Amino acid sequence: MTDRKIATYICGGCGLGDRLDLNQLEEIARIENKSDIVRTHDFLCNSEGVSQIRKDIDDEQVTHVVIAACSRRAKTGAFAFDDIAFTRANLREGVIWVRPDSEDMRETTQDMADDYLRMAGAEIQYMQQPEVDRSEDSNKKILVVGGGMSGMTAAVEAARAGYRILLVEKRGRLGGTAASLWKRTPTREPFSDPEDTGAGELIALVEREPNIETFLNSAISRTSGAPGRFSVDISRESGGTRTENVGAIVQASGFTRFDAGILSEYSYPASADVVDQHELEELARSAGGGRIKRPSDGKEVASVVFIQCAGQRSEKEGHLPYCSGFCCNASIKQAMYFKDCDPGIDTNIIYTDLRTPGNGEDFYRSAQRKGVTFTKGSVDAVSPESDQLNVSFTDLILDEQTAVNVDLVVLATGQVPNSGVSIELEDAAEESDRNAKTPDADQTAEVPVDSILNLTYRQGPDLPHLRNGFSDSHFICFPYETRRTGIYACGPVRRPMDIAQAIDDATGAALKAIQAVENAALGRGAHPRSGDLSFPRYRKEGCTQCKRCTVECPFGAIDEDEQRYPLFNEARCRRCGTCMGACPVRVISFDNYSIDTVGQQLKAVDMPDEFDEKPRILILACENDAYPALDMAAHQRREYNQFVRVVPIRCLGSVNAVWVTDALNAGYDGVMLMGCKKGDDYQCHFVKGSDMAHDRMGKINDSLQQLQLETERVETYEIEITDVDRVVELINDYSRKINEIGMNPFKGF
Amino acid sequence: MNDNNTAMIDKYRNSFLREVEDNVEQGEWVKMCMQCGVCSGSCPFGPHWEHPPQELFMMIRAGKRDAVLGTESMWMCTSCYNCVVRCPREIPITHIMHGLANYAHRLGLAPKVNPTRRFAKIFWDNISKNGRVNETSLSIKLYFMDGYSAGVKRAVEMANTGLGMFRTKRLNPLALISYKGIENPKQLQSMLKKAREIEGRRKGYPG
Repeated sequence: MTDRKIATYICGGCGLGDRLDLNQLEEIARIENKSDIVRTHDFLCNSEGVSQIRKDIDDEQVTHVVIAACSRRAKTGAFAFDDIAFTRANLREGVIWVRPDSEDMRETTQDMADDYLRMAGAEIQYMQQPEVDRSEDSNKKILVVGGGMSGMTAAVEAARAGYRILLVEKRGRLGGTAASLWKRTPTREPFSDPEDTGAGELIALVEREPNIETFLNSAISRTSGAPGRFSVDISRESGGTRTENVGAIVQASGFTRFDAGILSEYSYPASADVVDQHELEELARSAGGGRIKRPSDGKEVASVVFIQCAGQRSEKEGHLPYCSGFCCNASIKQAMYFKDCDPGIDTNIIYTDLRTPGNGEDFYRSAQRKGVTFTKGSVDAVSPESDQLNVSFTDLILDEQTAVNVDLVVLATGQVPNSGVSIELEDAAEESDRNAKTPDADQTAEVPVDSILNLTYRQGPDLPHLRNGFSDSHFICFPYETRRTGIYACGPVRRPMDIAQAIDDATGAALKAIQAVENAALGRGAHPRSGDLSFPRYRKEGCTQCKRCTVECPFGAIDEDEQRYPLFNEARCRRCGTCMGACPVRVISFDNYSIDTVGQQLKAVDMPDEFDEKPRILILACENDAYPALDMAAHQRREYNQFVRVVPIRCLGSVNAVWVTDALNAGYDGVMLMGCKKGDDYQCHFVKGSDMAHDRMGKINDSLQQLQLETERVETYEIEITDVDRVVELINDYSRKINEIGMNPFKGF
Repeated sequence: MNDNNTAMIDKYRNSFLREVEDNVEQGEWVKMCMQCGVCSGSCPFGPHWEHPPQELFMMIRAGKRDAVLGTESMWMCTSCYNCVVRCPREIPITHIMHGLANYAHRLGLAPKVNPTRRFAKIFWDNISKNGRVNETSLSIKLYFMDGYSAGVKRAVEMANTGLGMFRTKRLNPLALISYKGIENPKQLQSMLKKAREIEGRRKGYPG
């Protein structure tokens, strides 16, 4: 602390010099912020300005820098200093671009700028440049779980990039489902005929690749550690366990077949001639390109019906509510098995909506050309009739009930993710076990599911599921990312998909795994705060072992030690600060982001007294979506209220209730909390942060009522990055509301 | 039911789709329909069709032979080509509609009183007689298509138009008595007869 030296740089460019009184800002920097060096520059982000800062750091031993210029999201290339702690006062996007340039507004505009400089000054007092911890021996090996198309692709891709791979497969052979197919849907122009699965070539590639070590008949019996230092036990079926250290894990555990046994209305499995798509593949393989024979009596099939969406896209008990996406193309492919052999064979695909992703539309057209019949209808029942099967269905185009007799019926059933134990369900089951010994408690106990990874994490043995048992990952923004840092999911365990999509997926996951091991070796955070060197520390003396941080961490980064104190695994941490927001005794903090760096900022704001008619509204804005939206509003010169003060935060989940109560005690008239979209289709970059903040702030209402304060004084919002217009409206509406409610009675106490 | 019809029923016992593919102009396109319904939505007469095009295609696949060939639907087509332009599968729907109508007519299954069919018949008889259209006799046949009094009524309604056409030499009343068509209409007629024979032989029509 003794060698702390603070420098403040005030920029006069972009109109800041014309609109603001820079001398007054200098004064504040020197006297209130106690800066050792204060410099004003006309154009701080040019090479001269930046080299001045650099020179002060090198020659004057400056350790802490405040740059009062544009938003922290602008000019990040110019203002990049790795070796010192620094912060930015947002005078451009935060002040002059959102306020009108008029004489009567000059005073409040200057107030705003003064406050932002004071806030930056307060923040820098409590900031530390994080120390880089690279002492640990970081491991760069990558473990791939699952030897199907996804797993093999991930292994080959990463191996070719120069990484050592351990490929673990539960079965006695590689290739997964793809290896048991006769053909696959085409991947090349003109997308008109089924083509070879490619599993054979990929298996050969894996076997030739010197960087890949394959474990067949093996499973993962234990996984512990963190990115760069995972320790896994690979157990062979025959006995014997090998412990290996790896840097990252790709989980490509694929899917299991939907059990069509519940589809008794389709005479499955009552009739041997009703098969699912996998069984048809077996029939096609044994026919080897010749005429396919039906299972019951070996008669050559002369007519076949494909029933799409069998047990899928249905809310019925035991059915899959989702579309598996691959099955329409698969049925088209299988119909071609028949048509290519003999165009006289009747093939009828009965569908409600034909969905042919990828280049399936060309494939569909090719099937029509080959004479495959497509009937839009829904099948009611399949029943044996003499030596055939009677398929009765509703024709949805002709709107009538009709039936056909065929030799073979194929059910297009879906994919069930092989994602291991559902942590949420397990928690709920434990809960119900504890709560009551009700008679049906035993019935809820289902067939035990084997865990895939057997994580020793405090939060459970497998990747958390999002919906329908698929491993959580954000489809659009961060595919492959799971809620366990360093473990990436790809293939049908992530969402239902076909081979082509699984290969793309696996390549992406391999790149993510490479990123993870490289970041871990440098002691840096993973996405979305990629490159962040800070990590949470806690003051053990203050900890009450309440376990809120270990429970609420969205990424399962915090375990518990033998004495039940939290045990932080830095490399697993995404630096969101949700633990900091959760901690009731406020002992968790980051070097450059803590209860104090934010808490002191909001206290640094000059608080006018009740009769000045200058209210103060605090906005805690998530740096991922809400803050950029505010910046964009500024770029478009939208005006918002001059009495707001915006503090960027890492995630709404990092907001500790003490900031809110401190703000109200300090005299703020209102607090707006802006986070990302929550819920199942969340946009929160830290998955649960926004959710938990909404939950926590719901509870703050009680304290507000105890303080005799209106509950409207604290509001929580979901802001998307595109909500440029809305965010301005929200601020202005909220300011009006605060005017109606009146000033905070705690002002001046 | 004429002989052609019985012959075709015998030939394509199970598959009406095959029958259409073999016998209807551009019929091989029927199987390419993906039931999006853009044709039906684009047709200016869409709401007046008993079975819009995409439904006709489905009926063909479902083997509803009598319903397809006996309907007036395809006779509703005015050849505006909206459907052809918009069809995402680029199916020549207009041609298929005319092909279906023609086929139904050949089999004697087309609705007897359909005005489009009757006009087509009058037009064909007229043009094949002289090798050129005799507009005077064509108009009179059309006017009196529904009987004498209806014909007089329609003629009176159109009197002014007719007089105007006469004055500008667009209508020649003498053509009723003598109309000079092509040089040798007999040759044309025997060519048409031969063509019909060839088609009949290829498609297996007995009559």
